[in-house]
Amino acid sequence: MIARSTQSDVFSRRKISIIVFIIIIGLLYLARLYYIQVIDHRYKIYASSNVQRVITDYAARGLIYDRNGELLVYNEPYYDLMVIPRQVTSIDTTEFINLLGITEEQFINRMQSAISHSRHKGSVFERQISKDIYAVFQEKLFRFPGFYVQPRTLRKYPYQMAAHLFGYVGEAGPSIIANEPYYKPGDYIGISGIEKHYEEILRGQKGTRIILVDALNRDIGPFQDGRYDTLAVAGTDLFTSLDYELQLYGERLMQNKRGSIVAIEPSSGEILALVTSPGYDPNLLVGRVRSQNYRNFQEDTLKPLFNRALMANYPPGSVFKVANFLVGLQEGGINLNSRYSCPGYYYSGGITVRCRTHPQPVNVITALQHSCNTFSCIQFRNTLELPKFGSMQEALTTWRNHLISMGFGRTFNSDLPYELSGLLGSSDYYDGIYGTRGWRALTVISLAIGQGEIGTTPLQLANLAATVANRGFYYTPHIVKAIGTNDNLNPEFLDRHNTTIDSVHYDAIVTAMYETVESGTGRFSKIPDIPFAGKTGTVQNPHGENHSAFIAFGPVEEPKIAISVIVENAGGGASWAAPISSLMIEKYLTREINRAWFEQRILDASF
Amino acid sequence: MGTQFDFFKKLDKTTIFIYLCLVVIGWISIYAAEIKDHHQSIFDFSQSYGKQFVWILTAIVLGVIILSIDAKIFPTFAYIIYILGIVSLIGVLLFGTTVNASKSWFHIGGIALQPAEFVKYATALALARIVYDNKNRSRNIKTLLKPAMIVALPVVMIFLQNDTGTALVFAAFVVVFYREGFIPGWLLILGIAAAFLFILTLLFNEFYIIGGLTALFVISSFFLIKKPSVIKQLFLLLIVINAYVYAVDYAYEEVLQPHQKMRIAVLIDENIDLRGAGYNLHQSKIAIGSGGMWGKGFLEGTQTKFSFVPEQGTDFIFCTIGEEWGFAGSFVLISLYIFLLVRLVLLAERQRSVFSRIFGYSLVTILFFHFFVNIGMTIGLVPVIGIPLPFISYGGSSLWAFTIFLFTFLKLDSKRLELL
Ligand SMILES: [Zn+2]
Repeated sequence: MIARSTQSDVFSRRKISIIVFIIIIGLLYLARLYYIQVIDHRYKIYASSNVQRVITDYAARGLIYDRNGELLVYNEPYYDLMVIPRQVTSIDTTEFINLLGITEEQFINRMQSAISHSRHKGSVFERQISKDIYAVFQEKLFRFPGFYVQPRTLRKYPYQMAAHLFGYVGEAGPSIIANEPYYKPGDYIGISGIEKHYEEILRGQKGTRIILVDALNRDIGPFQDGRYDTLAVAGTDLFTSLDYELQLYGERLMQNKRGSIVAIEPSSGEILALVTSPGYDPNLLVGRVRSQNYRNFQEDTLKPLFNRALMANYPPGSVFKVANFLVGLQEGGINLNSRYSCPGYYYSGGITVRCRTHPQPVNVITALQHSCNTFSCIQFRNTLELPKFGSMQEALTTWRNHLISMGFGRTFNSDLPYELSGLLGSSDYYDGIYGTRGWRALTVISLAIGQGEIGTTPLQLANLAATVANRGFYYTPHIVKAIGTNDNLNPEFLDRHNTTIDSVHYDAIVTAMYETVESGTGRFSKIPDIPFAGKTGTVQNPHGENHSAFIAFGPVEEPKIAISVIVENAGGGASWAAPISSLMIEKYLTREINRAWFEQRILDASF
Repeated sequence: MGTQFDFFKKLDKTTIFIYLCLVVIGWISIYAAEIKDHHQSIFDFSQSYGKQFVWILTAIVLGVIILSIDAKIFPTFAYIIYILGIVSLIGVLLFGTTVNASKSWFHIGGIALQPAEFVKYATALALARIVYDNKNRSRNIKTLLKPAMIVALPVVMIFLQNDTGTALVFAAFVVVFYREGFIPGWLLILGIAAAFLFILTLLFNEFYIIGGLTALFVISSFFLIKKPSVIKQLFLLLIVINAYVYAVDYAYEEVLQPHQKMRIAVLIDENIDLRGAGYNLHQSKIAIGSGGMWGKGFLEGTQTKFSFVPEQGTDFIFCTIGEEWGFAGSFVLISLYIFLLVRLVLLAERQRSVFSRIFGYSLVTILFFHFFVNIGMTIGLVPVIGIPLPFISYGGSSLWAFTIFLFTFLKLDSKRLELL
């Protein structure tokens, strides 16, 4: 009680004025709030005209050109009708559904799915509306608050070719959206081919704009003077290594046939043409029609979606002798002086491999020139049975490693879609079947002629041709040559890959392949004035007619093009694959064809 | 156990209850203001509402710690805490980071702290202590000097940080001085009148005011013609007022920085610069005004959700409440606040210790100042000054500082019979 009598207590009545002041301010604020919240209706009107809309400016995807700057893929504008559910107030539903030509049920379903996506954000209500509907909508938009039109672009292809290479673009799915924060529902993403591999380069950077719309659904300008807007950055253009005329020509030659053509520039690994047949028009996998067409292609028995050039896994047949001879020369199983006579077959230990009639005896050059099976088997067995190898396992592994260095039995890890690795018999594989001591060179003798436990893709065969053309090395075959500008080379593929075979051995093989075309199995496909080198092959096909195969490069000196051709069910390599290669080489090197009858025979053929 | 139970019994549970109500309202409002879509987790700690949840939990822990400290610690360490506060202000001037042009933040790890928030508390402690130490001296303008210095020092330093809003908060201590008898009532009224006249000067051309007052003087002189001494005094008053009005106008035109001028200008003229400086106020009023009687409902606010209102989680948090809960929600919030403030005045008055009472009044006046400015600016009654609404706005420093402030007072209050 003593404390209470201190002097300051004299002022304790001042608490009254303080409390009164606090309460007066409280009441004043409540009165003001009551006025602006309940009495004054202006703010509700302001609020309804204060509708914000986020517009995504989709960046134009980068264009795709051929190696000489010919435009192959561009963008075509179209419009999506969008809706923001919570801004949809009173609209004349009947008029709306009549305009769009949809049923009331569809209207309700679409609204519900938009609401389940987001009530505050735009969802696609109708994709790719027609120009007529677009025009009407622009006029009547004020009657449909909450709806707006979003410009988009679709891919367009002036030449109906190379569909598998380009791949296609589609809407980003839920798993992509969950894993990559850049993508939002409705965004496009490259799903296969170049579009997929180069997605980040092609897509650019989308921008967003926030605009204000008034109660009549009209754009009344940027929100906060565009403070939150980001600019869209257009995607970067790509220059493919394709020569569009060669590609078109290849697709024309392969009409009514099944098979593939792969053409590579040996000095760079750039793919000049990559044909898979049957193919399809890339314009069919764009926009609204895509899913239906895609389903049709899936059901087609000719499998147009299957990219034979990269995914077909054929036993290579005789063209593989090129690789086997290189291994034999490198390891010393044969040399340039080795000569053998061929009785028309190879026989040993109860195993017979047939050959054909050809001049006798044969060495490395003539054996390849006439595709002698007997010589091939002898050289293969000699190589595997060299005393320096302690075991069959070691011998086969050595053989296998040489082939891997030439690009077989694995993928190139290139920018090509769905490249397969093929198959190379391994000692583990044979150990599994025959036991560690249960197999010999003879057991695997079919490998000598490219049959048996071996599968190669047309791309790998074309790369073999390029490697021989280069006398011992290759660059990863790839489809995008340059990024942004035509001289800004794609940095992914500048490394040279040396094979484990010495360059000198390639010289012999080049001579043999040249002789093959000059006077061997490929002589019917000679091009006047252009010396080129090749090797025929016939791929045994247990399911029907054999496949016709050919690898080649030309000209022999300073080669500009290396090629592999496979025509399924067409028979021998000399009759179909070799002439097609010959035409492709002629077309590429001279830009014209001087052998009309020769060409016509191919165009007329159908298998 | 028995003593702990007693200790809880003596606490003012009403205040604690209101505190918890406000904190929860704050968190719900931050959630509503900041959430972008309905799918996000409530406890997403990358988002402000997730962070605020952590701030709230830690604030409550701090409160409990404060309550378990011996109450005598606070007067004993008042000066030390004050000095630490001043040192932290020096530190932030030297090593702090700049946010929104104010160099007033410490960034430690992932969290940002604003020492100025805690200095309010430290100043209250030191002020209570210095008046307590001189409690038997007479109270007048002359003895105000030392207490006023205690307040002035941090104000100067916070001004140097360019954090005008926080510095202005210290004006609240004037009311404490009034309550304690340092300032006569007429002076406070004069101060308020001066502020009123200040606004009036800006609203109208200063010559109208000077002319009007002069006319008023001439007319009254006519009636007071027989009392020349009164006329003389009135004339002196007229001269002083006119000089003040002219000075205010001059200060406004010449001294204030353009953005400060704009803040006052937008308050006066509703339609000025709606896309620029007037934008915040305009949008804030639209958000609150469009709430109507009952509001648009939880998470249904269109104005706040779409970021029409700036700083919607911090300084303009009241917009979300006004928009989503309408006048009914505003009424509840304002009533809670007024109830808390009056309750705290009554608690302060029942203290036997001068220290506790002054500390309590400091708390009330600072809370009131924040409330007055923060709500007032959102509804266009006070210029836009960026200070948070205590217990409601997003921000750890503010929540921690006010929680410590409040719980220290509750601790002192629970020991009011023992402290003299
Ligand atoms: Zn033979």
